[in-house]
Amino acid sequence: MIYAEILAGGKGTRMGNIDMPKQYLTLKSKPIIIHTIEKFLLNQRFYKILIVSPKEWISYTNDIINKFIGKDDRLVVVEGGANRNESIMNGIHFIESEFGINDEDIIVTHDSVRPFLTHRIIEENIDNALKYGAVDTVFQAIDTIVQSMDGKIISDIPLRSSMYQGQTPQSFNIKKLINNYMKLTDDQKSILTDACKICLLQGDEVRLVQGEIFNIKITTPYDLKIANALLDEKVLL
Amino acid sequence: MISPVYRLVSPRRFEVAYQEYSLVSDKVIVRPTYLSICAADQRYYTGSRDKEILEKKLPMALIHEGIGKIVFDPNKEFPVGQLVAMVPNTPVEKDSVIAENYLPSSKFRSSGYDGFMQDYVFLNRDRIVPLFEGIKPHVAAFMELVSVSVHAISRYNQKAHSRREIVGVWGDGNLGFITSLLLKKKFVDSKVIVFGKTSYKLDRFSFADAVYLIDQIPETLKIDHAFECVGGMGSQYALDQIIDHIHPEGTIALLGVSENYIETNTRMILEKGLTLIGSSRSGRKDFVETVNILRKYPDILDYLETLVSSVNEVTTIQDIINVFEKDLTKSWGKTIIKWNI
Repeated sequence: MIYAEILAGGKGTRMGNIDMPKQYLTLKSKPIIIHTIEKFLLNQRFYKILIVSPKEWISYTNDIINKFIGKDDRLVVVEGGANRNESIMNGIHFIESEFGINDEDIIVTHDSVRPFLTHRIIEENIDNALKYGAVDTVFQAIDTIVQSMDGKIISDIPLRSSMYQGQTPQSFNIKKLINNYMKLTDDQKSILTDACKICLLQGDEVRLVQGEIFNIKITTPYDLKIANALLDEKVLL
Repeated sequence: MISPVYRLVSPRRFEVAYQEYSLVSDKVIVRPTYLSICAADQRYYTGSRDKEILEKKLPMALIHEGIGKIVFDPNKEFPVGQLVAMVPNTPVEKDSVIAENYLPSSKFRSSGYDGFMQDYVFLNRDRIVPLFEGIKPHVAAFMELVSVSVHAISRYNQKAHSRREIVGVWGDGNLGFITSLLLKKKFVDSKVIVFGKTSYKLDRFSFADAVYLIDQIPETLKIDHAFECVGGMGSQYALDQIIDHIHPEGTIALLGVSENYIETNTRMILEKGLTLIGSSRSGRKDFVETVNILRKYPDILDYLETLVSSVNEVTTIQDIINVFEKDLTKSWGKTIIKWNI
């Protein structure tokens, strides 16, 4: 089976004056997360599409899905965890308890606040996860990346041509991801902000899928302004 | 939902635009799979249309020949995954006499309205024609062009007199090929003769009863009716030759698009009592008829496949540019795009 997991666990560091988690803010005529869910719904390869939400926002998430999309058996809202990786694992536990997990099952995880992803990015994530077991969506770095360990002086300036910016989706063979996650120490679990690193730490290869420069993550008022501006072009039919 | 649209913003330059849609609407959502480049698209891409027209119509997504798969139908009438042809003409009113493709109010994709170069195309229900199983997608990709011939032939069939022993087709390009092929199939008692400028192109018309280079037409050769599939300035010379070789009261179907005004020998049109039928584009009815013809005569699909010049996978904007440039250098056939962007 192929599953999608849309990560909407963030409770929102405040975006400007707005208290609501950023995935629920309105982009054009509907919440950002609805745009993202709709994109996944158009891909029939997904058996279920999990939406991982903070516990207190589950009812709200269900309400807006009903309002903007209506009933769809493939959509399931589940409770998130304390951090990104725990949220992913919560979704996986749900799959395990409801449907069981087979060796070839994969999961395509995606930030709910990246509504601009394309059909191709989803397709290539699925194809590569089925084939290789771990996939990250990336875009070649445009700015030079400067590393500083103390925030005061430069420690390193890596070669730009080998630098990529991580986007999502990130997709995995589910059993492989569980096995790798179980092997992490509690310290490792708490500092990991990226699911692909779970696989890397266990020595697994992670394949790259080409992202898009416009597959932006809407996390600041500036991003939301840009996203709205992108949608302001004239409609031709 | 946000659907990227890949628009030509100025000659040889594409950019992504983003459109907001909702799944809950009266539109059926299609994921384009195979597209085909038309000369009309190239006129925008290369900037050979008038400056005023380019200014008025761009930015715009190109391509009006294409097929796709249903990904969402709010009414659940079409099954998800169904292969369909997309009808580029979009009427906004009904008329009991004038066909949808001649109504000035109709919108036509890649001519003032966004074409099929999109992540998903949102179509009115009647702009979708289901295809049958087994049809090769890279051949079905240019079904719209076939439907243009089907449309012109049906108008000819309604209007031309009944003596149809010899029908001449001027033009050895894609449209001439398709039109003569369909004529040969539909009117088994008619002889179909093709007239063209290029010998190696005429060699492709194996199904025709005869082919002639346009500078070697026997003076005594007469035809009952004719189809002009030349276009451009060449259509002037083609029309002159047709008028010379056609019997009185014959019908001339005009299909070739010209950017320029052409001179016409009206004196002989009057003297011979000829009928000229203009034909442009096609509508839903013609698409349905085309699918029926292709289902009934599978060998037509084989012939059409010989028109496929290349199939090119497109995953980036640079790929789009590359495929349009490649199409410009080809001397024969259709350039097909496997749309994986």
